[in-house]
Amino acid sequence: MLRRFRLEEPESVAEVSELLGRFGESAKIYAGGTELLLAMKEGLVQYERLINVKKLTGLSGVKLAGAAVEVGALSTHHQLEDSPVLKEKLPALVKLEQNVANVRVRQAGTLGGNLCFAEPHADPGTLLIALGAKMVAEKASSKREIAAEDFLVDAYETALEPDEVLTKIHVPVPAASGRSAYLKFGYLERPSVGVAVAFNLNGAVSGVRIAVGCAGPAPRRVPEAEALLEGKSRDEALGRIAEAGAIAGKASQAISDLHGSQEYKEHIVGVLLKRAFQSALS
Amino acid sequence: MAKAMTKRSDAQSIPVSFTLNGRLQEIEVEPHELLLDVVREQLGLTGAKRSCDVQVCGACTLLVDGRPVSACTTLAFEVRGRSVLTIEGLAQDGKLHPLQEAFIEHGGFQCGFCTPGMILAAKALLDENPDPSEAQLKHFMHGNICRCTGYKKIIESIMAAAKKMRGQAR
Repeated sequence: MLRRFRLEEPESVAEVSELLGRFGESAKIYAGGTELLLAMKEGLVQYERLINVKKLTGLSGVKLAGAAVEVGALSTHHQLEDSPVLKEKLPALVKLEQNVANVRVRQAGTLGGNLCFAEPHADPGTLLIALGAKMVAEKASSKREIAAEDFLVDAYETALEPDEVLTKIHVPVPAASGRSAYLKFGYLERPSVGVAVAFNLNGAVSGVRIAVGCAGPAPRRVPEAEALLEGKSRDEALGRIAEAGAIAGKASQAISDLHGSQEYKEHIVGVLLKRAFQSALS
Repeated sequence: MAKAMTKRSDAQSIPVSFTLNGRLQEIEVEPHELLLDVVREQLGLTGAKRSCDVQVCGACTLLVDGRPVSACTTLAFEVRGRSVLTIEGLAQDGKLHPLQEAFIEHGGFQCGFCTPGMILAAKALLDENPDPSEAQLKHFMHGNICRCTGYKKIIESIMAAAKKMRGQAR
């Protein structure tokens, strides 16, 4: 059961930003609603009005834009699992999207909504950090890019200003030698741990990026683990992967909750990092 | 009617014109009204069930433009201009859909609470992929929960329907 709210249906980003500025915390952007409506039904949050952004044009779908894949924030998970551009350029993201929640959530939920809601147990943020993605934040008078690792600040908290709108996600097209993988594990409806790895393989592994999510309040990049593997041959890197996993486990800021104890999650981070790295190599 | 009494004079009303089980339907809803409540209470189609209420179980599954959605977490105004199929609209001219026949023939349900959602999700699967592998079937259907059958007979039912539908399509 939902409490009454008013609905605004703006048709431009400037209008959305203006509404956010005017109504402040009494209004919230609504896209797929897969997270927001659940929180509202539970009574965890209440808004006097929702701003339906689905009438904005040009913010849905995937295309190549120079050296980046440009994903519209309103693209649904289903659109992404089905996207020919993603299948060619970012297969790890396609695989992630195929395994988000269930078919009904993928049908309604949007990538932008997923990132802006910043639910700690979401999948996409972790891989997007490893892939070096940038979030495009716009308001009436300005536009800026925010690195994925800076965008996801804390549980349910992003770097967006109150009147900013996430419009696009830019993911650099990986080099021909680019490898990446995302793995998750959990026994409840949402994952307990998610781990992403991306690197180039030219004899040695280089440009290593590692991110861990779900275990703690927000996904985190782990530069110390990346440095252990950087520039190593694949066998050397595999020899150090357990050490990198232990570092990543600590860096995950894992908390003990229904999804597992802190120690358990830290251990699983290590297991998943090893498997993700092996999977990306193969 | 109780429904009318709860409406307030300052309530925002949204006209919603959509196709319901093949017939044009024109209603008015408030922004906060959920598709499941409108379909069950206002339109009297009670096949879709409220169960988990958090998009996990699939008992409230309806097809919107052929794709499964959780009616419990879909705002009713979202079906403006779209086509909604409920379990009540599946049989044609009094003849059950092959999926419905297969669920009966193969014992694909016991208590029946999950069945409307199960069959509609299966229809979406078979419309998209008429010849799914068992792995593909399980992946697509994993968001529809049954607490009676242990799923084996549901899988058998859907596979049998798929085979029959492929035969009819030839």
